[in-house]
Amino acid sequence: MKFDKAAGENTLFDNAEFVGRPTHRIDGPLKVTGTAPYAYERHDVVEGQLYGYPLGSAISHGLIVSMDAEAARNAPGVRAVVTTLEIDPLEKGMNNVARLFGGAEVQHYHQAIAVVVADSFEQARAAASLIEVEYEKGDPADYDLGAAFERLQGSGEMDTDTGDVEAAFSSAAALLDEMYHTPSQSHMAMEPHASIVDWSDGDQMTVWTSNQMINWNHGSLATTFGLDEDKIRVESPYIGGGFGGKLWLRADAVLAALGSRAAGAPVKLALPRPFIMNNTTHRSETVQRIRLAAGEDGKLTGIWHEAASHALPDGRGEDATAQTPFFYASDSIRAKHHIVTMSLPESADMRAPGEAAGLMALEVAMDEMAEKLGMDPVEFRKVNDTQVNPSNPEQEFSDRNFVECLDRGAEAFRWTDRNTAPGATRDGQWLVGHGVAGAYRGALVLPSGSRALLEGGKLVIETDMTDIGTGSYTILAQTAAETMGLTLDDVEMRMGNSAYPVSSGSGGQFGAASSSAGVYAACMALRERIAEQLGVEEAEFRDGRVIAGDTDRALSELEGQIDAVDSIEWGDFQSEYQMATFGAHFVEVGVHAGTGETRVRRMLAVCDSGRILNPITARSQVIGGMTMAVGAALSEDMALDSGRGMFANHDLAGYEVAVHADIPEQEVIFIDTLDPVASPLKAKGVGELGVCGVAAAVANAVYNATGVRVREYPVTLDKLIGGLPAIG
Amino acid sequence: MRAFSYEKVTDPAQAAARAAEVEGAKFLAGGTNLLDLMKLEIERPAHVIDVNGLGLDEITETEEGGLRIGALVTNTALSADARIRRNYAVLTRAIAAGASGQLRNKATTGGNLLQRTRCPYFYDTAQPCNKRAPGSGCAALSEGAFSRQLGVIGTSDACIATHPSDMAVGMRVLDAVVETVTPEGMTRSIPLEEFHLLPGDTPERENALMPGELITAVTLPAPVGGEQKYHKVRDRASYAFALVSVALIRQPDGTERVALGGVAPKPWRSAAADAELSNGAAAVMAELLGGARPTEENAFKITLAERTLAAMLAEE
Ligand SMILES: Cc1cc2nc3c(=O)[nH]c(=O)nc-3n(C[C@H](O)[C@H](O)[C@H](O)COP(=O)(O)OP(=O)(O)OC[C@H]3O[C@@H](n4cnc5c(N)ncnc54)[C@H](O)[C@@H]3O)c2cc1C
Ligand code: SF4
Repeated sequence: MKFDKAAGENTLFDNAEFVGRPTHRIDGPLKVTGTAPYAYERHDVVEGQLYGYPLGSAISHGLIVSMDAEAARNAPGVRAVVTTLEIDPLEKGMNNVARLFGGAEVQHYHQAIAVVVADSFEQARAAASLIEVEYEKGDPADYDLGAAFERLQGSGEMDTDTGDVEAAFSSAAALLDEMYHTPSQSHMAMEPHASIVDWSDGDQMTVWTSNQMINWNHGSLATTFGLDEDKIRVESPYIGGGFGGKLWLRADAVLAALGSRAAGAPVKLALPRPFIMNNTTHRSETVQRIRLAAGEDGKLTGIWHEAASHALPDGRGEDATAQTPFFYASDSIRAKHHIVTMSLPESADMRAPGEAAGLMALEVAMDEMAEKLGMDPVEFRKVNDTQVNPSNPEQEFSDRNFVECLDRGAEAFRWTDRNTAPGATRDGQWLVGHGVAGAYRGALVLPSGSRALLEGGKLVIETDMTDIGTGSYTILAQTAAETMGLTLDDVEMRMGNSAYPVSSGSGGQFGAASSSAGVYAACMALRERIAEQLGVEEAEFRDGRVIAGDTDRALSELEGQIDAVDSIEWGDFQSEYQMATFGAHFVEVGVHAGTGETRVRRMLAVCDSGRILNPITARSQVIGGMTMAVGAALSEDMALDSGRGMFANHDLAGYEVAVHADIPEQEVIFIDTLDPVASPLKAKGVGELGVCGVAAAVANAVYNATGVRVREYPVTLDKLIGGLPAIG
Repeated sequence: MRAFSYEKVTDPAQAAARAAEVEGAKFLAGGTNLLDLMKLEIERPAHVIDVNGLGLDEITETEEGGLRIGALVTNTALSADARIRRNYAVLTRAIAAGASGQLRNKATTGGNLLQRTRCPYFYDTAQPCNKRAPGSGCAALSEGAFSRQLGVIGTSDACIATHPSDMAVGMRVLDAVVETVTPEGMTRSIPLEEFHLLPGDTPERENALMPGELITAVTLPAPVGGEQKYHKVRDRASYAFALVSVALIRQPDGTERVALGGVAPKPWRSAAADAELSNGAAAVMAELLGGARPTEENAFKITLAERTLAAMLAEE
């Protein structure tokens, strides 16, 4: 199905019975009973599984001179040891910039350099520690991103350069020019990267893994091992959190595969928690300079945003300017992302790559500018709303209701009741403050396919789409039931398997909009097949029946199996529009006047992201994003050891994500919007919107509470106590 | 984890004797620290002596009117005990501020005192660490290292790690005494003040126990009354080790006691600092942290400790 013009009135979804209704996860019972099969626990899929354990490099860059694995090979229970020196450097899979295995060169700390396979996990782990490695360390390297930014700013061609920025800054009523810093962040999914691989014969490969993108993973495995794609099968039906960390092929699958070939048996391997920091990918640190110019009316006349992030050679880093060309109206906009090469672990996508880090800075800058102008920060944002892409005014937004988000939020949060004077509201020993921030995240869509199969009135949907905890099983079943006039109980979802049609996969908040359209496409194709079989036209499908003229048949009475495969393809007309999602976040914090400890007290998100396919799973996405952003605002920080070129905190005790006690009442309001350009269901994603802007709302609330403006995340107490009032 | 042999013992003196007899033996109590460290090969005992069958899990009254807490009383049981809550509230508050409910259900009184540091380099066996591998150097003190969590006082050029226990800080302000049995079957009483050692040149030696010596109990003197508080300061609201913690007991007559956690290799307290309390938090900290040698990253702990105490004193 080609989506080649905006969706018109759509009787199917505009008057839906299932789509848009609050529906509990259909996979919920499996999860709460511990029976959803996650990769590492798939004990039943193949017999004779052995255990793999990785060894990581102890240096950040340089060469491995020698490895002595003799003791490991002779250790109890060991079946195979594969060292990186025995394997030619493997080809890199899609978007991997560091090699996952093979060769003597070390590119980052904890890069995998050996895998041990043994009868038990404990044996494999113990043997791995017996491997002796001699390194030749690379030259001392520079990890100072701030200094690199100083060197690079103003250089190179700007990524965006519209209007006359210089003029705007030379004659503005108000000017802002500040530096902001966001630290490197780790996805830290609960489930570490894990795979079971059966490549016992070195020919056919089956991979049970935890990965967001089956098709990319499948292709990357083929590239990495030089295999034909049809020799590889990948399954990933349940994923215990990905957040972008499981978009690409990672070392767990590669090591398990090499271990399996060497041992001639299936091997399971999970990356140990410390490997999550330095072996897998992370969101790069960013250094950002933001300059804003505005007139007395509060209208922005200039936005100049330059940012730097780190990456390995050919890496993409974290483009913190991603939202800047699109979010606020301004006569002139200049934006540039500088990528600085550093021998650190691979930086790559993490939930809302670009916007998450960019809005942490931009939305603080907006707060600061509102204050300079003496304007309410909600009002200031409203004044600078735009219905066209500010860096390309020919292009309209497909649907943009940012102002409504701000208004609805301000009302629900009782924003105008707040004390606008910083540091002036007390609750016992706590200073209380309120903050607001805007949220912007692009609404990408990708082609997405599926197969619909009807037999005996039961519908099976097969697609390689994944459910990373987002609720895809449920929304796709809702879409299928709606399209076929069946109930949810009539639909069986089969997902996350490379044997099924290629879908969008899950990432970049493109999954829900793309894959629901893909299921819709396949179901519409199935409807046509059924109509053909019955020799009717313009058939209606409702209440489990197909109705056309004199024909009125229960789907359960149709003979045999009827199936159809189709995929949604996105027409060029979409590029005439700027498609994005919007939100407004409101936060109340308490900051302890003595210690500077910050505790969030109240959070509200108002989201504009087209049709909400399922308010329960969508809300769960948004509050998950808000929770992640509380960590980003207040505690998450991959602690860079700049002498060693590695991240020193190594577990969930040292890398502090928010815990239950950090999360107060969270409220989410979805404004009732439809985006006919975005998809046939008029839906857009919401999973990444929830993380965007929230951290800035927290930082702005901390400023309102204390009068201390922190521009370096996380906003920890050591950055506040110097500016807090004397006690007594 | 290295292979090890395992035995279960039923008598404290026998436990100590066995531990001295078998090379490389370690006691196993709740296991919440030891087992983690064994998995990471930071601890590599050749023999593990499970002390969970020793009894030692009761809280009884002493002749002096205090309490004797068996070494195997869990953190949960200890913090919930009515006598502790009533008369030693600072201890309940300190314990409840530590770890998580699940961990406290397993963690024991003896094990908690002997838990090892949370220095990130101590945990990374690829890095030098004088505490883990004596003589290898201190990664935390090298250029560019991460030291935000580490100690500011009582540290040495060989090691700047802290002792992470909250319980111990509460016990220290209460003048607790550690009771032990030696491999020879003798009992000893070690004031908590003398129990943990400063690192000096030998950071691997962390306490006054002799090889094989078993903690049997911790005794608390008769209740001292007063208002008892514990403020643990950390970046997130729960499930994090203290950046700084302050245990405070204030008496109606104006005398007070204060102990700090999160700043030193042991709970940090001094009589001279206690005597300064009537002069305010700054005076106390001038005594307590006067000789501090922080790193650039953790110098804030000094201001933080003072402000935390000041806020506690200012509380209604
Ligand atoms: C994620 C996490 C978070 C934590 N957070 C905190 C926190 O915030 N605050 C805090 O204070 N603690 C915290 N802890 C530490 C926890 O309190 C300790 O792990 C626990 O108290 C150790 O007690 P255990 O009985 O399990 O000791 P074990 O692990 O069994 O033993 C620890 C050590 O003590 C020795 N030992 C045990 N009993 C005796 C005895 N009777 N005589 C002689 N030697 C003995 C053992 O040989 C071993 O060396 C945390 C731990 C974890 C894992
Ligand atoms: S501070 Fe102590 S524990 Fe940490 S690396 Fe140095 S010696 Fe080891």
